[in-house]
Amino acid sequence: MLGKLSWAAIPLNEPIPLVTGAVVILALLAILAWVVIAGHLSYLWREWITSVDHKRIGVMSILLAAVMLLRGFSDAIMMRAQQAIAFHSQGYLPPEHFNQIFSAHGTLMILFVAMPFVIGLMNLVVPLQLGVRDVAFPTLNSVGFWLTATGALLVNVSLVVGEFARTGWLPYPPLSELTYSPGVGVDYYLWSIEISGIGTLVAGINLVTTVLKLRTTGMTYMRMPMFCWTTLASGMMIIAAFPILTATLAMLILDRYFGFHFFTNEAGGNVMMFMNLIWAWGHPEVYILVLPAFGIYSEVVSTFSGKPLFGYRSMVLAVMAICVISFMVWLHHFFTMGAGPDVNAIFGIASMIIAVPTGVKIYNWLFTMYGGRVRFTTPMLWSIGFMITFLLGGLTGVLVAVPPADFLLHNSLFLVAHFHNVIIGGVLFGAFAGYTYWFPKAFGFRLQEGWGKAAFWLWLVGFYVAFMPLYVVGFLGMTRRMQHYDVPEWRPWLILAAGGAFLILLGIICQIMQLVVSIRHREELRDLTGDPWDGRSLEWVTASPPPAFNFAIMPDVSGMDAYWTMKQHAREQGLEHDQRAYRDIDMPCNSPTGFVCAFFATVMGFALIWHIWWMVAVGGIGAFATFVVFAWRDRDEYVIPAAEVARLDRVNLEQRRAALSLVGSV
Amino acid sequence: MNILDPIGPIGVADKTLLIDSVVIMLVIILPTMAAIFAFAFWFRKSNSRAVYRADWAESGRIELVVWSIPTLTIMLLGGVAWIGAHQLDPAVPVDGTGTPVRIQVVSLDWKWLFIYPDQKIATVNTLTVPLGAPLRFELTSGSVMNVFFVPQLGSMIYTMNGMVTQLNLRADREGNYQGLSAMLSGDGFSDMVFDVHVVSALAFPGWAAEAGRGDHILNSDSYAKLARQSVETSKISYRLADPELFGKIATQEIAPGPGPELSTISEKADNGAGHAR
Repeated sequence: MLGKLSWAAIPLNEPIPLVTGAVVILALLAILAWVVIAGHLSYLWREWITSVDHKRIGVMSILLAAVMLLRGFSDAIMMRAQQAIAFHSQGYLPPEHFNQIFSAHGTLMILFVAMPFVIGLMNLVVPLQLGVRDVAFPTLNSVGFWLTATGALLVNVSLVVGEFARTGWLPYPPLSELTYSPGVGVDYYLWSIEISGIGTLVAGINLVTTVLKLRTTGMTYMRMPMFCWTTLASGMMIIAAFPILTATLAMLILDRYFGFHFFTNEAGGNVMMFMNLIWAWGHPEVYILVLPAFGIYSEVVSTFSGKPLFGYRSMVLAVMAICVISFMVWLHHFFTMGAGPDVNAIFGIASMIIAVPTGVKIYNWLFTMYGGRVRFTTPMLWSIGFMITFLLGGLTGVLVAVPPADFLLHNSLFLVAHFHNVIIGGVLFGAFAGYTYWFPKAFGFRLQEGWGKAAFWLWLVGFYVAFMPLYVVGFLGMTRRMQHYDVPEWRPWLILAAGGAFLILLGIICQIMQLVVSIRHREELRDLTGDPWDGRSLEWVTASPPPAFNFAIMPDVSGMDAYWTMKQHAREQGLEHDQRAYRDIDMPCNSPTGFVCAFFATVMGFALIWHIWWMVAVGGIGAFATFVVFAWRDRDEYVIPAAEVARLDRVNLEQRRAALSLVGSV
Repeated sequence: MNILDPIGPIGVADKTLLIDSVVIMLVIILPTMAAIFAFAFWFRKSNSRAVYRADWAESGRIELVVWSIPTLTIMLLGGVAWIGAHQLDPAVPVDGTGTPVRIQVVSLDWKWLFIYPDQKIATVNTLTVPLGAPLRFELTSGSVMNVFFVPQLGSMIYTMNGMVTQLNLRADREGNYQGLSAMLSGDGFSDMVFDVHVVSALAFPGWAAEAGRGDHILNSDSYAKLARQSVETSKISYRLADPELFGKIATQEIAPGPGPELSTISEKADNGAGHAR
C-alpha cells in the first residue's frame, strides 16, 4: 500500500534533522494559521498563488531562493563546524549524515537558490526593460515556477521522511547506483531535479521567446539593455543544456528502477559516460547562472556611474562567445580520469579561452566607471566587490584549467574554494546587487542603505575569511568532503574558515534586518517617481510598483539607454504634457494551473521515490487532467478598460511630476 | 601533505607549472585590480576635479587593447598547458635509477590494496617504495570510483572498476608521507588514507621479503573478504598467491564489491562507519 514507506523512514533517533524538521513544520503551520485567521488566504490565492503576472512570479521565485538560501546556509555552517571539530575525532556528524549535508548543500545552492534567484530577477525585469506587458507564455511561467518549488519541497521533505543523497551534489555512479546506494536518498535527488528541471526548461523557453518576439517599438536587438542580452544567452543555454540533465538523470533512474545498465559496473555500463553527460550540462549551468549576473552588473555599473555601458558591442560579442564556448569545455572537470594528453590539453585551452571574453567584460565595466560620477550605493558596492573577487576566482579557475596544475588540485578544497569564489563572488553578489537595485521597482520603496552596506561588508569579509583558508588547505593536500581527518596542519585553517562562515551568518542577519527595517520605514523610503536611481532603461519609465499592464502606453524607443534619452529630451523641452491616447488592454487571466499541476507533481514525485505505484498514477493523471482543463478553457484574457488605464496612469504621472519638480527645486 | 613541498620529479614539475601560471596571470590581474580601485575612487561623485563624460562609451583603441591583453595571456598560458599536459601525462614513464617497480593499486570500500606483482606481495593501506626508482602504477577499482593521490609525489588519477589507469611517479626523498582518496566513495571515504614509506633502494628488497613472510595469503577468497565494506585500521601485508589477481579484478572476472550488505549492518556500525538503514 505504501511501497517502501514505513515509520522507519522518520529519523526518530537522529535529533538534528528531527528537531530542525519539527521547527520548520511548526513555523510553516504557524504562518499558515496566521494567514487563514487573519483572512489573507483569499488574497494570497488571488493575487499571488494563481498569478500569471511576470512580476509576481519573479518575486515568488526570489522568495523561494531566499528561503532555500537559509536552508543551504545552515548546511554550510554545519559542515564548517564539523570540519573545525573533527580532528582526530568523529566530530558531531556521523559520515552518513555529513554526506547528506554536503550533497543537499550543493544541490540546494545551485538549483534552488542561484537558479530561482536569477530566473526570478529575469522574470521581474526583462519584460519591463523590453517595454512589454508580460512574458510570452504567462501561464506556463507560473507552471515553471511552481514545478521548481516542488523540487525544492521534495529536497526538504527528505530531511524528515527518509534521507537525502549521500553521493555529492552530482551523484556519480557507481556510488549512486542501487548496489552502493540502496536507500531513497538518490531517488529524492533524482525526482526533485527531474521535476524542477522541467520548470527551469520552461522558464528558459519563455524568456528566450519573450526577448526574441516581444520587444516594444524601436527596441532593436542592438538597443536592448545588457541584462536582456544575457537573459537571451542564458535562456538559450538552458534550452540546450537542461534536456541533457533530464536525459542523464533519466538514465540513472532506469538503472535504479528497472535494472538497466547505463552506468553500472556490470553488464557494460560506463561510469565515464555519466561524467561526460552530467558535465555537458554542468559546465554550461555555471554560465547560465553567471551570465545574468554579468547583465545585472552591467546595468548597475552603468546606472551608478551615470554613463552608458562602455563597449556595448564588445559586451554582446563576449556574452555570445561565452554562450557557445561554455559547451565545449566540460572535460576539464575530470582531467585526472586518464584521458590522453591531447584531449586534456585541448579542453584545457578551450577552458582558458572563456577567460578572454570574461576578461573583456571586466575591462568594460572598468571603463564604464572611467569618466563617470560613481555613486557608492549598495548595488554598486556589490558590483565592485564582485569585480575584485571574480578576478581572483578567474585566476584560480584558469589555474585548474592547466592540466598538470589540476593533477594536484582536482577535488581538493582548493577547488571548493575556487567555485565558491566564482559562484558567491559572481552569481550571488550579482543576485544581491539586482535584489537591492530592483527592489523599489517591485515594491515601491527602497531598501534601507545602512543595513545593506553592513550586510555587504560582512559578506565580503566573511567570504574571504571563509574561503582563503580553503585555498590554503587545498595546497596542503586536503581533499573535499572529508568527515574527519588526522592532519594537524589543516586544523587552524578549518577553524578560521568556520569563523568566516560565522561572519557570513552575520551578513545574512543584516539582510533580514534590512528587509524588516525597510518594511517598517517604507513611507520614508517610498519611491514616488518610479525612478529612484536615475536609471537608464525602460523599467524606470513606469510606476513603482508597476501596474499589472506595466505600461499604459507602449514606450517608443529611439536609441540605447531608452529612458535616459527620454529624460534628456524632457529636460531640454520640458515635461511632456501631450494628450495620451489610452486604449483597452487585454491581460491574461490568473490561473491555478501551475499550482495544481505542481501539487500533483509533488504527489507523483513523492510516490515515485517511495515506490507507491497507485499514488504515482493519481499524481500523473491529476497533472494531466489539470493540463486538459487548462487547454479547454473558454476565456484566457480579461480587459482593463481605457478609462481605468487612464486613471492609473494619471495618478502615476502626477506623482512623478510632483516628485520631479520637488527634486528640481531643491 | 603539502603539494608545494614535493618529493619527486612529477610533483616538482606540477608545482613549477602551477606557480608559473599564477605568476603569468598576476601580471595582468594585479594592475587590473588596482585600476578598479583607482577608477572607482577617482571618479566618485563627490570628486569635483574628475571630469564627467556623460556620453563617452566607445573607443576602438581601448577595445583593441582590452581584447588583446587577455588573448595574449591565454595564448601564453595555452602553450604552457599544451606542453605541460604532454610532458606530465600520467601514462608517460619516468626516468630513475634501478629497476622500475610495478605496483597494482585497487581501491576498495574503504581501503587501498597495493599489489607488487614482481615481489609477489600485497599490502593494505601502506605503500612502500624504493628511493629513486621509477614507480609504474596500474590502477583499478574493486567497487566505486576513487582517486589515488599522494600529494607530495604529484599527479593524482582516478580508479574505476573494469578499467585500468596508468600513473608514473618517482620518490626522491626518504621518509614517511601520506596518501588519500580524492573522490567521495561512501561512508568510509574519510578513512581511505594510507601511509607512504619511501625507503632506500637497498632496504626495499628486504622490506619486500619481510612483508611476504607473514601467514596472510592473498587469493580470490581473502580478496573477497577484503572487498566487503569496512574501514581497515590494521596494516596487513600478504603473500600474493594469485599473480593474476589484479587482471581478474580489472576485467571483472572477480565481481565488483557487493556494497552495503543488510546482514552486516551491526558489524559495520562497530567499525565506526554505520549505515542509516
